[in-house]
Amino acid sequence: MKSASTSPIIQVAIRGLMPVIQLVALYVFFHGHYSPGGGFQGGVLLAVSVMLGRLALGMDMSQVVFRTGIAVGLSALGVLIYASTGLAALLAGGEFLNYAFLPIPGLDPPGLRNLGILLIEAGVTVGVMMALIAIYDEIVDSRGEASATATPEPEARRMEDVRKPREKGVDPGPEGPERTPVAP
Amino acid sequence: MRKSFHWLLLLALGVLLALAVCGLPARGDLKAPSHRAINPAGAPVAGTYYIRHAYADARTPNMVTVILADYRGFDTLGETLVVFTGSVSVLFILRRRKP
Repeated sequence: MKSASTSPIIQVAIRGLMPVIQLVALYVFFHGHYSPGGGFQGGVLLAVSVMLGRLALGMDMSQVVFRTGIAVGLSALGVLIYASTGLAALLAGGEFLNYAFLPIPGLDPPGLRNLGILLIEAGVTVGVMMALIAIYDEIVDSRGEASATATPEPEARRMEDVRKPREKGVDPGPEGPERTPVAP
Repeated sequence: MRKSFHWLLLLALGVLLALAVCGLPARGDLKAPSHRAINPAGAPVAGTYYIRHAYADARTPNMVTVILADYRGFDTLGETLVVFTGSVSVLFILRRRKP
């Protein structure tokens, strides 16, 4: 789980799939106002795209996509976005989570409620996505240390086996062209 | 013997549930108790209020989203907190094993 997949098919497929999954996740999130979907589903899809990257590209390569260690804090930030939306309505004179009182000018109460729903869904999305990524990273981290000390050899040997035939195919080596005239 | 008894019990439960589902009112049945504005006990039904006012209140066509995020926003805040608390607890459990 910690190292990259040796199969080029998986690597290329995941690189192509990740943006598509993220796009579908954004679609599910923003289309929650009109169809089934919303914060929880969009967040899970976003987390899945990051986890697929972790599985296929390895922990080191997928740090570019999402860094390990910041997920827990961002998960708390998601809950904070939700709660502060409610608190903003409370401070503006309404009840807690009554979006019609949100202090945003230029919108009538239904429009404000529409926007408030979007805001809290964003909070849910960030919270769920980061919670799942945090759990996954922690599992990989606690497992990776145990397996790294036990069996470091097979992984290294497998990488060598994969690399050797490809190098031979590209470069025949010094004895390649000289041996063919000798054989007949 | 005991296993077959368990299977029999499971089958009986399945039949019971299937019978209960058969007794449900049809979808969209306006005469069903849950679709009336006033339930048989004389109290107003919450679902009818949501169906009538959801779009006018939040200008959002998806009624479920309005109920989930607006009318019951506090409930969803609790749900999000549950997800967050669950993930943090899992982190604590996993981190205890490390040293």
